[in-house]
Amino acid sequence: MPEIIKLTTPLDKQDVEKLRVGDRVLLSGKIYSGRDMAHRRFLELIEKGEELPVDLRGQIIYYVGPTPAKPGYPIGSCGPTTSYRMDKFTPTLHKMGLAGTIGKGKRSPQVRDALKEHKGVYFVATGGVAALICKSVKSSKVIAYDDLGPEAIREMEVEDLPLTVGNDCHGGDVFEEGVKKYGK
Amino acid sequence: MREVDTKQITETVAQLCMDANYELPNDVVSALQAARQNEVSDVGKAVLDEIFENLKIAKDEKLPLCQDCGQAVLIIELGQDVRLTGGDFYAAINQGVKEGYQDGYLRKSMTYDPVFTRANTKDNTPAVIHVDIVPGDKIKILFCPKGGGCENMSAIKMMSAGDGIEGVKKFVVDFVRQASGNPCPPTVIGIGIGGTFDKCAYLAKKAVLRSPLGSSHPDEKYAQVEKDLLQQINNLGIGPMGFGGRTTALAVHIETHPAHVAMMPVALNMNCHVARQKTVVI
Repeated sequence: MPEIIKLTTPLDKQDVEKLRVGDRVLLSGKIYSGRDMAHRRFLELIEKGEELPVDLRGQIIYYVGPTPAKPGYPIGSCGPTTSYRMDKFTPTLHKMGLAGTIGKGKRSPQVRDALKEHKGVYFVATGGVAALICKSVKSSKVIAYDDLGPEAIREMEVEDLPLTVGNDCHGGDVFEEGVKKYGK
Repeated sequence: MREVDTKQITETVAQLCMDANYELPNDVVSALQAARQNEVSDVGKAVLDEIFENLKIAKDEKLPLCQDCGQAVLIIELGQDVRLTGGDFYAAINQGVKEGYQDGYLRKSMTYDPVFTRANTKDNTPAVIHVDIVPGDKIKILFCPKGGGCENMSAIKMMSAGDGIEGVKKFVVDFVRQASGNPCPPTVIGIGIGGTFDKCAYLAKKAVLRSPLGSSHPDEKYAQVEKDLLQQINNLGIGPMGFGGRTTALAVHIETHPAHVAMMPVALNMNCHVARQKTVVI
């Protein structure tokens, strides 16, 4: 089994530079949820020159829309959604200092270039294991866009969230490497 | 005639919504276990182990397996000797979806308007409801919570007879290759061939939901194509979540329908490894 790397947010450039595609990571600290509609709103604010509801420098956005929390739980099931829908917004956010994103599936060449240029990382969380992932979330509160329901922005405190490095800041891509290694 | 109160349909659908979101069918679990045994990639094995841990937590704590509790898809076989009483049939189904998603702490993912407002309906309705009238006095209800990630990885191509089975295979394999890890592999691949544009898409949906998983088309020629495609797809090396490995699909199912002389439509629909469905007969 691959070696496991423990990381705590916020991430600095050294944290990001040592990561390689396929590395298994356990992530702890504060992360922020945000997906389709939140990204659209972020970009509208940026275009107008207004401030975002979160300071993204060194931070990580998790593409997730959780289920409602059952009584006694900090959050419901909360696995990743597919990342490519956020691709058109991601390079701008990395330019503003975002350290990383968490989702599932491939990223665009533009996102991969932005990771190289701004020293960012793309983590993949296993899709469809949302009850398991919910066990890594210690607290969660909505901090913006409550009207978006499951798509609202949440500040989530996570402990040992299991992730795999999908794209590193050196140009690597776990999906391309996997197919090269196992394709017949 | 046998009378069935639509209230019973509401209650049944509500329960189906919850059950299907907490637990996978046995045949899907068996296929995943076989995949774990055959997998050679370390990161692929790690993903499959997470899948089994997730199955256990979701079942024990009644938590949704996936945060995407899906668009409610129902395929209903309505016996022609059933007389429905107590109100509107479709409203009863949607009421069941509403209650099930509310009471079961399931995510509501439907928006009123597909393009402009994108405002959430807040109860996961309306459901997508297909009704087939069949002989008998029973109502068979299949419920599938269909996630957006894998449903987005669907395709249809209006092919010609001249493209042949090789054309069909190429279309399917090329599409699965470019979908990569997006539909949460290992997936179930459903293929519809024949009929019109709409019929063909529905066949693909029926194919993806064929039970038991991995069972074959009754015609040997198509059964062989299912086997060949499964092998070709698993040879792509995409693997669990696209990280590389032997298991890209758990099964390939083909459903066919007669075709017009000028046509050979082919549709592809996928399910993720959380291949949820549950059926109840009233």
